[in-house]
Amino acid sequence: MIRLKSVEKTYPARRGTPPHTALKGVSLSVGKGEIFGIIGRSGAGKSTLLRTINLLERPTAGTVEVEGRDVTALPIRDLPLFRRRIGMVFQHFNLLSSRTVYDNVALPLELAGASKAEIAAAVDPLLPLVGLADKRDRYPAELSGGQKQRVGIARALSSSPQVLLCDEVTSALDPETTRQILALLKTINRRLNLTMVVITHEMDVVRLLCDRVAVMDHGEIVETGITADVFANPAHPVTRSMLHELHSLDTLTDADLSAEEVL
Amino acid sequence: MLSAILPLLLNATLETLYMVSVALAISLLIGGPLGILLATSRRGELYEAPLFQLIAGPVINAARSIPFIILAVAIIPFTRLVAGTSIGTSAAIVPLTVAAVPFLARIVEGAVREVDSGLIEAAQAMGARPWQVVVKVLLPEALPGLIHGITLAAVAMIGYSAMVGAVGGGGLGDLGIRYGYQRFRPDMMIAVVITLIVVVQGVQMLGDWLARKADKRNL
Repeated sequence: MIRLKSVEKTYPARRGTPPHTALKGVSLSVGKGEIFGIIGRSGAGKSTLLRTINLLERPTAGTVEVEGRDVTALPIRDLPLFRRRIGMVFQHFNLLSSRTVYDNVALPLELAGASKAEIAAAVDPLLPLVGLADKRDRYPAELSGGQKQRVGIARALSSSPQVLLCDEVTSALDPETTRQILALLKTINRRLNLTMVVITHEMDVVRLLCDRVAVMDHGEIVETGITADVFANPAHPVTRSMLHELHSLDTLTDADLSAEEVL
Repeated sequence: MLSAILPLLLNATLETLYMVSVALAISLLIGGPLGILLATSRRGELYEAPLFQLIAGPVINAARSIPFIILAVAIIPFTRLVAGTSIGTSAAIVPLTVAAVPFLARIVEGAVREVDSGLIEAAQAMGARPWQVVVKVLLPEALPGLIHGITLAAVAMIGYSAMVGAVGGGGLGDLGIRYGYQRFRPDMMIAVVITLIVVVQGVQMLGDWLARKADKRNL
């Protein structure tokens, strides 16, 4: 479904800053209907990598294939059509404050020139799917973080994409809401057989959601495999240290946290 | 006495409103797109145009630094070219518009730049073309700021329109200068000032109300 071959991204030098290589020849492939996780610390290049898939970031070298087509070769004017086949969900939701829930979800279809009837036919069943049937005419400012992310997910699904890109979608949410959003994504994946690429810095998200995982560090994939295997036998030091943090966080007690607050 | 002032006052108020609203509409048509381009033409932005950035900024700043009364006199040949005459309310629309275009361009630029860049990225990820990003995302999201800014411009233009009175432009300023100042009629001067205060208050209240209605960010 998605195949990246030796993708590189180098930002040219600007006044005062040397050129910066964010991706150093990344290759990976994601199968149809698979949930693929990319984990790494901030600055590891995962956000850039995710954005090369819908060409929000254009690779400086290498190719990106989606549905068997090299999309880096697409002419600029065909990009919008291609991007409509890929949904994207964001950490900070990026909803339009001036639009109601319904109109936010309708936006991708509006952009594609769909008629009012077509929009209604697509949006009306999506709202109950994400659990927002009663919030149809509310504005984002009236919603909680979890509800906003549900709108973000419904919006990403409204143009019936083949792929869903998730950019730290639970990082702005509390643990309970995170679990609900992850469960929703899993349901959607099963029901629509949607291919998903999920980037996160939270091991928990990978553990609960992803079929396979790639670990990124300094612009490279340092380890990749089936989630359970990587968790059971982490090979790379970065993977081990991230797993270690997860476990030590689990065992943190309230007393530890309040002690740190005092400090 | 009041009955003698009122018709003059009413006529002058209508002239002022006519000058300001027509000049505002025309300068929005020119300054609006200019402001959008200013806000979206830096490197890596929607309508990347480094040359435009390089030239437009200084030109707009230069235009804005000319005092209005000097501008109004200096462009009289241009006013004559456009309006056919340099005297009267319709002619006054020309200098008012010339002064308002750079002002509005900056106001629109500021309001559009306030929109979270994450929304632009999201729209592009949905397959929005650049003009769609402007029409469907930037302008609606900037609307409360735009309304505030346009109100600010309208109030400033009411002030400017009083100055075109000095070069034969008609309106409330003209009335104040000819009757109140040159004919020593303090009652007329006070009436003109009070009318201006009422008009400015009205415009500001209308702008505030519209901006509040458009703002869905804090419900």
